[in-house]
This record gives sequence, structure tokens and C-alpha cells, in this order.
Amino acid sequence: MEKQIDYVKIERAEKIRERVLKTVTYAALSFWALVVLFPFYWMVLTSVKSYGSYNAEHIPRLFTLSPTLQNYVDAFTTVSLARYFTNTVIFTVVTTGVMLVVTVLAAYAFARLEFRGKNLLFTLFLSLMMIPNELVIITNYVTITDFDLRNSFAGLILPSVTSVFYIYLLKENFEQVPDQLYYAAKVDGTSDLKYLWKVMIPICRPTIITITILKAIECWNSYVWPRLITDDEAYFLVSNGIQEIRENGFGRENIPAMMAAVVVISVPLIVLFLIFRRMIMAGVSRGGTKG
Amino acid sequence: MEKRSMKSWLYLLPAILFLAVFMVYPLIDVFIYSTEEGYNFASQTYYGVGPYNYSYVLHDPYFLMALKNTFILVVITVPLSTILALLISTGLNSIRPLKELFQTVYFLPYVTNTLAVGLVFMILFKKTAYTDGFVNLILNWFGHSSIDFIDGPYWAKMFVLCLYTVWVVMPFKILILTSALASVNQEYYNAARVDGTSRFRIFMRITLPMISPTLVYLIITGFIGAFKAYSDAVALFGTDLNAAEMNTIVGYVYDMLYGNSGGYPSYASAAAIILFAIVLTITCINLLVSRKHVHYF
Repeated sequence: MEKQIDYVKIERAEKIRERVLKTVTYAALSFWALVVLFPFYWMVLTSVKSYGSYNAEHIPRLFTLSPTLQNYVDAFTTVSLARYFTNTVIFTVVTTGVMLVVTVLAAYAFARLEFRGKNLLFTLFLSLMMIPNELVIITNYVTITDFDLRNSFAGLILPSVTSVFYIYLLKENFEQVPDQLYYAAKVDGTSDLKYLWKVMIPICRPTIITITILKAIECWNSYVWPRLITDDEAYFLVSNGIQEIRENGFGRENIPAMMAAVVVISVPLIVLFLIFRRMIMAGVSRGGTKG
Repeated sequence: MEKRSMKSWLYLLPAILFLAVFMVYPLIDVFIYSTEEGYNFASQTYYGVGPYNYSYVLHDPYFLMALKNTFILVVITVPLSTILALLISTGLNSIRPLKELFQTVYFLPYVTNTLAVGLVFMILFKKTAYTDGFVNLILNWFGHSSIDFIDGPYWAKMFVLCLYTVWVVMPFKILILTSALASVNQEYYNAARVDGTSRFRIFMRITLPMISPTLVYLIITGFIGAFKAYSDAVALFGTDLNAAEMNTIVGYVYDMLYGNSGGYPSYASAAAIILFAIVLTITCINLLVSRKHVHYF
């Protein structure tokens, strides 16, 4: 007689194997989460340690029993963190605003209006997407210097406005709006601009919000161009500010105050991310690049 | 009709103006700059046209160091981050509880300021007179003596730079790969399971081919991004990257343009064009190789 297959045993073995695999997966995922979160924890932790106690710890401690907010006070009083912050807000809001106007108008023209050479021009626009920033930044630096716009908001903002990719993204979205709406509006005598404002923009709001957030993140974190174009502290953005603090601020050793500044700089974007999480992640997977 | 055409151009005018002044003109100009020999930034004069700028850059020890650093960074971080992201995304797709939480956490580095968090990494790794730092604490637990990762030996610095780069680029890769993995048709897996195929074989024979276009996209953008590495290095080692022996090609371009050794847009242009040529070549090789191995459905 043939040996009977013990299904119970096989099933149990499979179940155990399944469970082991799940455990390993969760352990590995938790480990990476720890790697991601630890720098944030360390930054907050260090920022609430007092100067004295931080420097007294030869072996760094993983927690503190006497948190202090003194470092945050120092960060705003000893260095011009508030000014870097205001500058960055102005830079981000104006750049994103101008970008939106330029992008919406151009995308509308490409998607809705008819004119000669449209396809050729659009192809030219698309080919510009391949141009790396490093290639054009050199001449832009010279241009801005020649126009005497160094250390000014105009110099910071103007070259940062253009984003061919967002024009492309929005044009694709605009084209999905049914033609009938446009003809109906035309019959009613609505002007193109009014149609854009009253119909297109409300329908395509999710895409517009997405590109707004992506651009805002980009502005908030931009470092290279601001560094080239500003050497007057009055026009520093947070990235340059943090570099300045690192090299000349607080005196090299006041690391807790430095970390307080880092926390202040990081919080706005993290809050923005937690609010618009889904939109940001969907937007990045459609059009973000980093890394 | 003529009037409507005019109006369209009016809508496009701002975009065209911005692009012409800050993209098209600079693009042409950078090639001109790179051939003008002995260009003087103050008087904006030059005395000849020729390939000297390229030859200068290619013989500059600082450029060669930057080239070496960039290549090491690319060769280590691109495969490492891609494989790691693939493993993590596969794990993420196999679980249900906590998946959203993990995804949110993993995405955090994307929305943080590279310079700011780089400072935290520096503190974690730095060895000072007061303290050896957190990472050295762990090394000591394992019985290893402390290493200065920020001002110490070359490979220690390179290790931190690679680690930070991987940390920074992971969110994007995990995000893209997770959605690619989730979009693989479930029926293939069911069919394979009926046949009793092993997990590993399913991964190699079904998952990998199905997501190969996404992988190629990530590898290509990964190469491009890694070749342009710069602000990560600044965050860790400060603005004087030449002194830290940690400069990258992009860093070299900016140093030539501005900074302590700056004021040479011609050299900067030549270096930028060399970088562009390298990236273009690598991208073409990637595309050629991938055409043989990628399955487009």
C-alpha cells in the first residue's frame, strides 16, 4: 500500500513557513523605518538638550530627562534664522505663483487654442526637458551678474520660474476636459480667459495643486542657485542659512542650537507632507525626480 | 483667424520669454564659453578660440579627483539603492497591516532639506574632542575602535557620503517600485501558484520581467541623479570640498564659477559639457543594454 500523504503536516509546515516569512518581512521593514526615522529623532533630541549637558556627554545619550527650549530661543536670536525663514517664504511663494501663471497660460494655449506651428513649438518645449540645469546655470549666473541682480529677489526668482515638465503635465490634463464644454461656452459668448478661469482651472484643480506643492518643495530646498547668486546674508535662504550657521554661526560647538535651527527648517515641509500626503506621493510618482 | 493666432501667442509669451532667456540662450552660450580661451570675467574679454579649456580641465588634479569621487559614488549607490528599494517594495507589497504607515515613513526623506538633514548625519558620524559620536558608540559596542568619518580617512568619508546618498534617493525609488509591483496582474501569480512554483522562481520569472521597464527607468534616472551629486557632499563636509577630498564634478563646476577658486566661467562650462557628455553616453549605453533584456508588454 502506498504511503498516505499527510496533508495536515504539509499544511502546518507551510503555515509555519508563512509566519516566519511574515516576521522576517516585518522585521526588515521596521529596520528600514528605524534608519529613516532615527536622524529625525536625533535632531529633535539634540535640539532639546541643553548646551552644557550635550557637551558633557562623552557617550551620547539616547534620551534626555531635562528638555529645554533655550536652543530654539538661541536659534532665533543669535543667528538671523527668522530672516532666512522669511526670505525662503517670499522666494517660495513668489516663484511658485509666477510659475503657476506662466504654466497655466502656456498649457492652455497648447491644449485648447489653435495656431500655426503649435506642434513644432510643443516639440521644442519637450526637447528642453532634457537639458540639465548644470549646463545652463553658468550663463544664467553671468546674465544675472551682468544685470546687477545679485543679492536680490529678482535674481533669485527669475531663473527658477520655468518648468517645462509642469507645462506638459498640465497640458495633458487640460486636454481631458471635453470639447463640448468649450463650444457651449463659446456659444454663450464666454471669452477664452474667462473659460480658463471658470471651467478649466476648477476641473483640473488636483493637478494644479500637485504642481504647486512639488514646486514649493523644490523652492524650499533649493541650494545651488541661491548659493551662487547671494553672498549677502540679508538674502540667504534656509539652505544657505544652515550652511552659514554651520560654518560661522553660534560658534562651531553649539550643536544643540544648530539642531534647533534644523528642526525649524524641516518642520514646515513635513507638516505640508502630512497634510497633502496622498497628493504629494501621487504627484511625485507621476512627475517627480530626485535621486 | 489671424487675431486668434495672435492671442495664442500672447498666452505663450511669458513661457517663451522665460525659456528663451534662461534656457535656450544659456544652452548655446555655454558651448561658446567653453571654447573661449583666457576669458576674463571682469572685462569680459578673451584672446582666442580653441580646445584649451577642455585640456586644462582634464589635466586639473581637482577635476580628476572629482571625477573619481563621482564615479565611485555612482558605481556604489545606484545598484545598492535600486536593489534595496526592490527588496523593501517587495516586502511592502506582501503585507497589509501597517503598509500605509511604512509607506509614509519611507517617503519622509523626500520632503526634507538635504542640507539640514545632512547636518544631522554629520553629527551622528563626527568625532570631536568632546564625543566620538553616535555611530562610533555602536562601533565600540562591537569592539571596533572609533573612526572619524567626517575628517578622517578617505574611505570612511566615502562611506558616509554613499550612505547619505542612498538614504536620500530611496523614497523616490520605493514609491515608484511599490506602485509598479502592485500593478502586476495577479492572475500570473495565481497560475504560478497552481503549478507549485517556488517563491524565488516566481520573483525571477514573473515579477522581474513584468516590472523591468520601471527598473530601467529607475536605473537611468538613478545614474543621471548620482552623476549630479553635490549638495549631499556639501551638507556632510562643508563648502570647501576640495580640501575634504570629497568634491564631485558638479561641485567642481560651481567652484570654478564661484567660490574661493572661482571666476572662470570658461573652465566651468568645459567641465559641465564634459559631465553632460558622460551622462549622455551612460544613458545611451543603459538604453542599448536594456533593449535586449526588457520586456515591454
